[in-house]
Amino acid sequence: MIDRLRFKLSKHFGAKNVLDDFALEVHGGEFVTFLGPSGCGKSTALNLLAGLLQPTAGEIWLDDERLDPLPPERRGFGMVFQNYALFPHLSVFDNVAFGLDVRRVARASIAERVRRMLALVKLEGLEARYPAQLSGGQQQRVAIARALVIEPRVLLLDEPLSNLDAKLRLDMRAEIKRLHQGLGLTSIYVTHDQAEALSLSDRIVVMREGRVMQVGAPADIHDRPRNLFVADFVGYRNVLTLMVTARGVDGLVTAEGSGLRVRGRAEIGPGGAVLAAVRPEDVRLSDDAGAVGGARGMVRLVEYQGREYDVEVVLDSGAVLKARVPAAPKIGDAVGLALEPGRVVLLTPEHVA
Amino acid sequence: MRRGGLVVLVLPSVLYLVVMFVYPFGYGVFLSLHPAKGASGASLANYLGFFGDPWQLRTIAVTASIAVPNTIVTVLLALAVAYAMRRGIWAERAITTLLVLPIALGTVLVAEGINGFYGPKGWLNQLLQLAGVADLPRLTHNYTGVMIALFVQHFPFCFLMLLGYISGIDPALESSARVLGARPWVVFRRVMWPLIAPGAAIAFALVFVMNFGVFPSAVLVGQPAGATRTIAIAAYQQAFEHYDMSMASAIAVVMGLCQLLGLAVVVALRGRLAATGVATVGAGKR
Amino acid sequence: MRGRVWRLVVFVFIVGFTLNLVGIVSHVAVSSLARRWFATPLPGAFTTEWYAYAWHEFQLPQVLTVTATVAASVTALALLLGFPAAYVLARRGFRAKNAVLLLYFLPLLIPQMTYGIPLATSLYRYRIGGTVAGVILANLVPMLPLAIFVLLPFVEQISESLEWAARVHGAGRWQVFRRVVLPLALPGLLTAGLLVLVNTVANFELTFLLSGAGSQTLVVALYYAVFAAGMRPIYSVDAMAVIYMGIVLLILVAALRFVRPTQMVFRLGGK
Ligand SMILES: Nc1ncnc2c1ncn2[C@@H]1O[C@H](COP(=O)(O)OP(=O)(O)O)[C@@H](O)[C@H]1O
Ligand SMILES: [Mg+2]
Repeated sequence: MIDRLRFKLSKHFGAKNVLDDFALEVHGGEFVTFLGPSGCGKSTALNLLAGLLQPTAGEIWLDDERLDPLPPERRGFGMVFQNYALFPHLSVFDNVAFGLDVRRVARASIAERVRRMLALVKLEGLEARYPAQLSGGQQQRVAIARALVIEPRVLLLDEPLSNLDAKLRLDMRAEIKRLHQGLGLTSIYVTHDQAEALSLSDRIVVMREGRVMQVGAPADIHDRPRNLFVADFVGYRNVLTLMVTARGVDGLVTAEGSGLRVRGRAEIGPGGAVLAAVRPEDVRLSDDAGAVGGARGMVRLVEYQGREYDVEVVLDSGAVLKARVPAAPKIGDAVGLALEPGRVVLLTPEHVA
Repeated sequence: MRRGGLVVLVLPSVLYLVVMFVYPFGYGVFLSLHPAKGASGASLANYLGFFGDPWQLRTIAVTASIAVPNTIVTVLLALAVAYAMRRGIWAERAITTLLVLPIALGTVLVAEGINGFYGPKGWLNQLLQLAGVADLPRLTHNYTGVMIALFVQHFPFCFLMLLGYISGIDPALESSARVLGARPWVVFRRVMWPLIAPGAAIAFALVFVMNFGVFPSAVLVGQPAGATRTIAIAAYQQAFEHYDMSMASAIAVVMGLCQLLGLAVVVALRGRLAATGVATVGAGKR
Repeated sequence: MRGRVWRLVVFVFIVGFTLNLVGIVSHVAVSSLARRWFATPLPGAFTTEWYAYAWHEFQLPQVLTVTATVAASVTALALLLGFPAAYVLARRGFRAKNAVLLLYFLPLLIPQMTYGIPLATSLYRYRIGGTVAGVILANLVPMLPLAIFVLLPFVEQISESLEWAARVHGAGRWQVFRRVVLPLALPGLLTAGLLVLVNTVANFELTFLLSGAGSQTLVVALYYAVFAAGMRPIYSVDAMAVIYMGIVLLILVAALRFVRPTQMVFRLGGK
């Protein structure tokens, strides 16, 4: 297994700055995810690592070897593409064997390794089929087997699940996790889906327009987004502007507004404005309109979401809060609202970007 | 991957066309300005000679009298038929395959076939005779023969080109116009024609240019010494009967300029032509 | 109701045009088999002797050898020079791309009589005119762009990510070409090859301007035979025409297995 992969990369397309000093150190055996909205440069970053693009500036080091001058075929990586990129003129067997074939591995050894890999991804018996004769999930498995059979030093995956339907996506997610752990791989995974990133990763890199917004463990990203962009991206769908009313010796501040009062950590003194980011599932509704630290409002929209309901409430102040609740109120109901203590993220204006 | 490096792969073909196409063109223009006999410097003698000689000048009128009406009829008919067939018709593949025949077989064979079929003793005249037509028309070795030959050749060409173009237009556009209450004529006028027009303009330009260069048909089914002595025949005669390459080049240049003039007229009529590139084979559903 | 009438008119026109085509072609075929034929629906007696006559009188063995040589050489050269060009055009943008496309397009747009005369003049000056080599070189001028434009969409539809996948998993440039690009482009090469082949066999003007006594292709020989009608029985000319037709049809049938008829002409591309 590799020890670590270090890189610092910039990429311009003409005048457009797609990646700006994008730097990271990935440890051997780690599962790292690049998370960000479409167009933020995730694929570009992955393609630079694979050698499919040349960086405008920067270096890639794998342990003590400098990789960026090497052509893609000499980097020893495996890659799973979003559209799988299976060779349509080759059978499943030959697709998986491709990397070994071009390395001139002995025939017998190829057959043995391909069969072992197909068994691992549960595709025994489909060796002779062609990609067009496979379902999306099966194609996905072939693509993974093709990347893994060469025992890649790093496995790169570019939105490998985005072409699958919802159920298959969950299955394959578990499969990828299993293979990563079972084979002791070092994996870099690209996605725009926060749920995928949270469930798979050891570490997540949240990206925006070619820059790193936050790097951290999934729980970090989920519970302590460092700025509004990350907060919004990982599900903090309510943002309220509040006024700091008090600051304790413990560093905790109290902020109020719209009839709500919250406490949280923020580097700002009384009288300053803060943004409170709140997930809908951390908003509680009650019939009791006078609860402490709560506000009053009127229900204006109810959407059934399966087990729960998404509710929009207009506060007396005019602000709108989204809540996710187990029982459905009626449109027009007057309700009290409270926020789950300790779950509100306070951001000062410099964290907006 | 170094992205620039691959571009050198176009060089062999570009070089070939520069040597075999651009250079001869330039050489031809140069040659046309240096008459075989007479002054040693550049002179317009060839051009003056051409435009001063009624026998030569007439070829422009003759060629135009063939090319212009033929192009208009060909494109209008091809357009009407292709539009009517835009959503497919019975035995379409068989029909389109048959229509490829004259394109693939080429002008010489079509000319020979027309000489037989439309000839004085051919099947068509026999049929007309049977139908009681007393005054049998003369259809070959004259202006009419050339018109028939060009139409047989270029109608399928133009039709297939327009069919490919029109069938590439999203049928949902027409459907939605109909649903919104437009009658068939209004759909054509307001929705389809604006989409078809650039293609029709290019088709018109291509057919005109081909018609203006007519040679074998004008010789084999026409009257190459008289009514159908086209400009291409004049150029050929200068080159290979009088061995005056200089004058021949001048005539070829005049022919090219006339074709350019035709293109310019089309472009002027349709400013939007520029927005539509002529791509290649491949796309489209038929 | 109006729509019906309109469709009927179109259908009748199509049938009429098709019948006229069938008439043109079969008149030649029937004539080639006639012992004598004069103003009757069909000849009184049939014979195949005109084929033997044409074979000798028109020196068809030699003409066919030239035709095959020219067609095969032009096809091979057009694919050899055209495929790399089509590949680059499909894969890369570069500054001179539009100029290059125009350069490829002009020999197809400009009629051969227009540029054929200056081309012939140049080639005769260098003593290449009149030879088989001259015919090949001249025919390549329109056939090379034809091959490029036919190949272009075939290359375009080979997803570049296939090449990337091959590179990442260990294939060098040459291996990517041999194992991925070439096999996937084979249908395109076949199509382009057949279209160039049939077009070269049928191409008249340039061949006519460039060929000398020993370098005539079949279609040029046919032109001279028709031109000099009266020198030899028309039945023998038609026998040669049928031989020519047979060759073209053979290639055409093969080509139509791969392409739709609408692909045999220029394709007009909208935005
Ligand atoms: N070859 C290219 N030329 C110009 N711009 C490009 C090119 N490839 C990608 N881009 C631009 O770079 C940005 C990032 O693209 P990409 O890495 O594919 O985003 P992601 O994978 O995060 O969706 C996009 O805005 C895209 O338009
Ligand atoms: Mg992407």
